[in-house]
Amino acid sequence: MTKQYFKIAGGYVYDPVNGLDGQVQDLWILDGKMVEAPAADVKPARTLSASGYVIMPGGVDMHCHIAGPKVNMARKMRPEDKRRDEVVKRTARTHSGTMGSVPSTFATGYKYIGLGYTTAFDAAVPPLSARHAHEEFEDTPCIDKGFYVLMGNNHYIMNCIAENEQARLKSFIGWLLGAAKGFAPKLVNPGGVEVWKHHQGGDVDGIDDPVDHYNVTPRQIVTNITRAANEINLPHPVHIHCNNLGMPGNWTTTQNTMNALEGHTGHITHIQFHSYGGGDADEDTFHSKVEPLAQYVNENPNVTVDVGQVMFGETTSMTGDGPLGYYLQNVYGTKWFSADTELESGCGIAPIKYRNKSLVHALQWAIGLEWYLMVEDPWRVVMSTDHPNGGSFMAYPQIIRLLMDSTFRRDVLNTVHPEVVNRCQLADLDREYSLGEIAIITRAGPAKLLGLKNKGHLGPGADADITIYLPHENKQTMFEMPRYVIKDGEILVEDGEIRKETFGRTLYVDPGYDPDTEAHIAEWFEQYYSIRFRNYPVGDNYLHNAEQIPT
Amino acid sequence: MATVSSESQSDQLKVVTDATCTFCGCVCDDIDLTVDGHTITKAKRACVLGTAWFLNHDVDDRPSCMIKGKPATVEEGIEHASQVLANSRYPLIYGLSDTTSESQRVAVSIADWIGGIVDTTTSVCHGPSGMAFQGVGEVTCSLGEVRNRGDLIMFWGSNPAESHPRHFTKYSLMPKGMFVPNGRKDRTCVVVDVRKTKSANAADIFIPIKPRRDFEGLWTLRALAKGIELDPAQTLEDTGVELSVWQDLMDRMKAAKFGVIFFGMGLTMTRGKHANSEALLALTRDMNDHTRFVCKPNRGHGNVTGAYNVVAWRTGYPFGVNLARGYPRFNPGEYTASDVLARGEADAAMIIASDPMANFNEPARQHLASIPYIAFDPKETPTTRHAEVAFTVATYGINVPGTVYRMDDVPIPLRPAFESPHPSDLQILEGIEKRVKELKAIGLAGQASSLRPNAV
Repeated sequence: MTKQYFKIAGGYVYDPVNGLDGQVQDLWILDGKMVEAPAADVKPARTLSASGYVIMPGGVDMHCHIAGPKVNMARKMRPEDKRRDEVVKRTARTHSGTMGSVPSTFATGYKYIGLGYTTAFDAAVPPLSARHAHEEFEDTPCIDKGFYVLMGNNHYIMNCIAENEQARLKSFIGWLLGAAKGFAPKLVNPGGVEVWKHHQGGDVDGIDDPVDHYNVTPRQIVTNITRAANEINLPHPVHIHCNNLGMPGNWTTTQNTMNALEGHTGHITHIQFHSYGGGDADEDTFHSKVEPLAQYVNENPNVTVDVGQVMFGETTSMTGDGPLGYYLQNVYGTKWFSADTELESGCGIAPIKYRNKSLVHALQWAIGLEWYLMVEDPWRVVMSTDHPNGGSFMAYPQIIRLLMDSTFRRDVLNTVHPEVVNRCQLADLDREYSLGEIAIITRAGPAKLLGLKNKGHLGPGADADITIYLPHENKQTMFEMPRYVIKDGEILVEDGEIRKETFGRTLYVDPGYDPDTEAHIAEWFEQYYSIRFRNYPVGDNYLHNAEQIPT
Repeated sequence: MATVSSESQSDQLKVVTDATCTFCGCVCDDIDLTVDGHTITKAKRACVLGTAWFLNHDVDDRPSCMIKGKPATVEEGIEHASQVLANSRYPLIYGLSDTTSESQRVAVSIADWIGGIVDTTTSVCHGPSGMAFQGVGEVTCSLGEVRNRGDLIMFWGSNPAESHPRHFTKYSLMPKGMFVPNGRKDRTCVVVDVRKTKSANAADIFIPIKPRRDFEGLWTLRALAKGIELDPAQTLEDTGVELSVWQDLMDRMKAAKFGVIFFGMGLTMTRGKHANSEALLALTRDMNDHTRFVCKPNRGHGNVTGAYNVVAWRTGYPFGVNLARGYPRFNPGEYTASDVLARGEADAAMIIASDPMANFNEPARQHLASIPYIAFDPKETPTTRHAEVAFTVATYGINVPGTVYRMDDVPIPLRPAFESPHPSDLQILEGIEKRVKELKAIGLAGQASSLRPNAV
């Protein structure tokens, strides 16, 4: 049988990994993968003329909240958030759903693929709920997905660190990721969530505060997990939500956390929320500290960041950072969900409205933009809103416009709280992103930081995940509705309509572990937790369509 | 026709370890079952309810499918059920609490394709807690955290000694936890109820509250938490309990390191309903200004929590969801099953793992009896007896694998003991979904899903 080639002809290709920056090039697809152009006499089974269109690899969201107990709690808690929003109707091809700041699973998949994103990672799944996240993934269509496993407040890990058991720590991380079928270790307010479980309003003040009972510090947790994760060659070693999120003056904690990586590869997430100057929770002194932190990132290639851009409007704050949830509901007087979970994680959810006339909110917005504009190398900074925390992933096209169009950026800056310009440098930054740089911060860069060799580029062997845009002066318009979105070589979206529903793959790692440690882990597990050790690991039967990423 | 054959009795004993009991919301997953053919002869570690659940499980010697009371093949049943559902104008899908989350997912899909209502037994048990949650939120934790940290354990309108017999020993009172190393000695137990229940016997403090005055009791505690002075006579009249008793309780609550309130239908289904739950959730939240405090509904059915989760992730709303307009809408009281039936609205129904003909109100039962409906149950029930199509199904957890969500949202896998000759809920539901999609021309060429906003 002749090979069924699919050819995409004549588009302007932005594929930074392969050195293409808008050159016209034909792309060839076979069996869902990108391939070399075949011999000149080979005719494709299908040709899509992309002449005049911009072609990029499918988008990769490396930090969002789209599945698992926290996300689902937010859905249950906020009917009012959906009622006001657009509806997602059932069609002959697709399920119905709801939007709001936390869309239902089907709506999540349709909207991501509709934006040209073909891969997304949930950033915070409690180990005890891994099975739940996998079940939701099965109902999240069209995109590939994976999740990070919360382990920054894990008792077993803190014990390993206190007792200086590095080998056992490595083994535990390997076991836990494999058992959860997760993708990367996630630290959320390391140590701080445990303190919150012990004291009213409890949290650590900084990276060197001891954690109750375990006598370890957040710094030790960061250093040891980062080292261990690098030693077991995880594709994305560690994803860190620093201590003191949102607090004035927290930038020193952030810089200390970067130092605590001790030169190992580590990713600091939603860094916008961690880049504040000022003192003692005092709003009057609140200001941007992006410059020194961005300089640190510029000078230290082991550190990468995603932004966690704040966008104005109403959304839902959801975090594995229990004490942060308590803090937010105290500030805003909203309803509040909190959950403490064994195998140690926390959770806080509260509605939040970012207002452009609020000095704090407007500064947060500006600080996010400063991050994109002040990190020199676009491979080291990734676009995110920390969906839905800073805003929905649906805001990505608007962020692209803010980055590519300095006039538009200045116009918006003029509408926000007037004091903002005195507290950050955004007004002085004239940098404009090119399409090639946008391709880096939205797909090539995150795919590289995640260690996904088949994503974020269009070279031979890559997954044929491709987004085709109609160029437009207004970059928000251009990126809001791609002309075509292709997933694994199939056209799923055409001109704003879902043509086909597929279910994507779950991406996970299974790094293995020293089998001699299993008995020790099992004994610990049976003594302190409420389900049987044997019933904990997520079986392969939950992975209907999955891809193990090598470690 | 699939019926039970007695010759399939195996002559070998087998032991299934770490099996999961789905009888109540505790979802204990440490049961060792001794299985002799189609009978479970021993259920090690199971409580009295769990033992009865496992040991009395005989496979019903009934046809797997009955149409209008006459035996039929499963395939005929699927065809007939699909025709009923696809041709109805306002179908209701209800129940779902005693089946796997895998089945629940398919049931919600069917509701989507036929534009029906999907509702679960949540609407008649902890639905008010769900609505209260939407008002104030909830501060909660997993059962393992109670086990490791809880030093003041309160039960309000909940009687786990009889409804969740291993609650005390496995999670809440007896275990030696990480920060309560002496187990029961390190914990104080308080029961608030209208009568001295079996659980009250296990408590250090029992507070007999006046019937229908739970809201007043909770509001009294909220006032005391904030240091507001109350009139002792008024408090006694409102709650039936001396102010000094409430004050003593509040002192203990503030002195606790990690307080926990479990609440039950004695709170959610008595006068005040969701306002009661809201008061309790608000009290718990208030207590976090003094110490750490959490609360948790003691949910009943094995997988009612799974149903709550599945409906929420697929539609965005937790129960009582109407898909008739082609997208999900939520309105408890309007789209909840007993209301839809009592008002005589639904023209067809599919009841899965639930027995509304035994426990709904009279007008709802009358209407259900008057419309064609499909029923799934491992046993014969009043609901299956009146069904147009009745499926005898394999029992989840005993015959069928899958996933169950414990009352604290922890998903737990099932390890079935033996195979049933009857099909599973999942097999039948998948058959119905496939056929309904054909009848409704879903998945064929035609209308595409527009990503353009179409706000309503």
